[in-house]
Amino acid sequence: MVGIWILIAVVLMVVLLLIAVYNGLVQKRVRCQSAWSQIDVQLKRRYDLIPNLVETVKGYAAHESETLEAVIQARNTAIDAKGIAEQAGAENMLTGALGKLFALSESYPDLKANENFSQLQEELTTTENKIAFARQHYNDSAAVYNTARMKFPNNMVANMFGFTDQEYFELEDAAQKEAPKVSF
Amino acid sequence: MAGETFHTLIARNRRNSFILIGGFMLFFVAMGLLIGMVWGGGHAAFSITVAAIAGIVAFVLTLASYFGGSSALLGMSRAKEIVKGDDPQLFNVVEEICLAGGMPVPRIYLIDDTAMNAFATGRNPQNASVAITVGLRAKLSRDELQGVMAHELSHVRNYDILYAMLMAVMVGVLVMLCDIFLRSVLWGGAGRRRSRSSNEKGNPLQLVLIVVALVLAIIAPILARIIQMSLSRQREYLADAGSVELTRNPEGLISALNKLGGDTEVLEVANRATAGLYFVHPIKKFEKRASSIFSTHPPIEGRVERLRQLTV
Repeated sequence: MVGIWILIAVVLMVVLLLIAVYNGLVQKRVRCQSAWSQIDVQLKRRYDLIPNLVETVKGYAAHESETLEAVIQARNTAIDAKGIAEQAGAENMLTGALGKLFALSESYPDLKANENFSQLQEELTTTENKIAFARQHYNDSAAVYNTARMKFPNNMVANMFGFTDQEYFELEDAAQKEAPKVSF
Repeated sequence: MAGETFHTLIARNRRNSFILIGGFMLFFVAMGLLIGMVWGGGHAAFSITVAAIAGIVAFVLTLASYFGGSSALLGMSRAKEIVKGDDPQLFNVVEEICLAGGMPVPRIYLIDDTAMNAFATGRNPQNASVAITVGLRAKLSRDELQGVMAHELSHVRNYDILYAMLMAVMVGVLVMLCDIFLRSVLWGGAGRRRSRSSNEKGNPLQLVLIVVALVLAIIAPILARIIQMSLSRQREYLADAGSVELTRNPEGLISALNKLGGDTEVLEVANRATAGLYFVHPIKKFEKRASSIFSTHPPIEGRVERLRQLTV
């Protein structure tokens, strides 16, 4: 009789542990997903800001069409990009093109003095930063989730219910990693 | 310590402050038991009751200040809430940090004072506020502002307001308890009378206990303040490390701290009760001898030194 009760108690404890581990993993995975969606929100915001910026710059520096074209091209490539790796590449192109555009604005005092332009510059700066921070937060969340997933006994539960590794958002080299955090 | 990452720095600071809080709680309970023992003439039940009452009073007061303290603090500092249109860049910077930490955007306040300082309050990230003086806002670059705001939001993320209030209340209750005890002994109160009636011969052990309790009751308030301030400094270091965790850029915070180090202006709306909350000690003459064991903040040089040793 006592043996049965002990058995029931042990089974109950194992089930409770299983539930706790499962819910913990779900929570951490959801955090990764919401962090990922934040990146998309910021990327979208950047795509929306760019046409506005290009129009403003055109008014002052129309003959710099090459740089402006490059920005628009990079934007469109980035919008169409599929998959994390391709997107990372396209986004870096766009960041580079924007950097060139803002560097160019240095030689147009009238443009720099334009209030609309300085507002757009601040908005783009913050959006660039937000993209970088959102990615950083995604990677941090993914690291927390991946670590939790690999630990014992979580790894058994993870394998049982198909919790797969969360892919990190990686940039090719350290220099590019720094690039998004620019103050124009 | 060289070549430390912010992960290890955060872990170490967190461990240190838990040791401090745990140690203080033990001290608090031990003092309650000791005083109760003298009052009750050695009755265990009586001394436990005294310690328990002290503990419950501290707990209730902490909860009360925890829920009502935030608005009182902002009012006391004459901080005014601003909207995004007032200062888009400040809002952008705060929003950036919140994205990095995955936390909701707090309310933002401006303090109309030319002194350079900032503080955060709020019981949790969902009910947080950050305030910055007009003086500091005007003098910081974007990167520096980011470092300062990340420091303040780290306080919120680490629940430092809760720790500070818990400590303040426990110290207050302990000081009060020691005070009541000292008066009761001085005026020939409960302690002596009860011990005489329960133990006619005058147990020497009881006498020793009274002397020990007396000495401790005199030094306990001082000791309590030292621990309280030590915890406060520990949390400042932790918030600095947390700031780097969020921004991954120690340079912004370092250069902001250096700018603040050169400022000698006293923040008028700050007082001793609110000093611990600020980014740097609001009364600058304290900052000079901040290595003192009674300061709420570590010296700026010490903070910069620790940040410089970080490898991001």
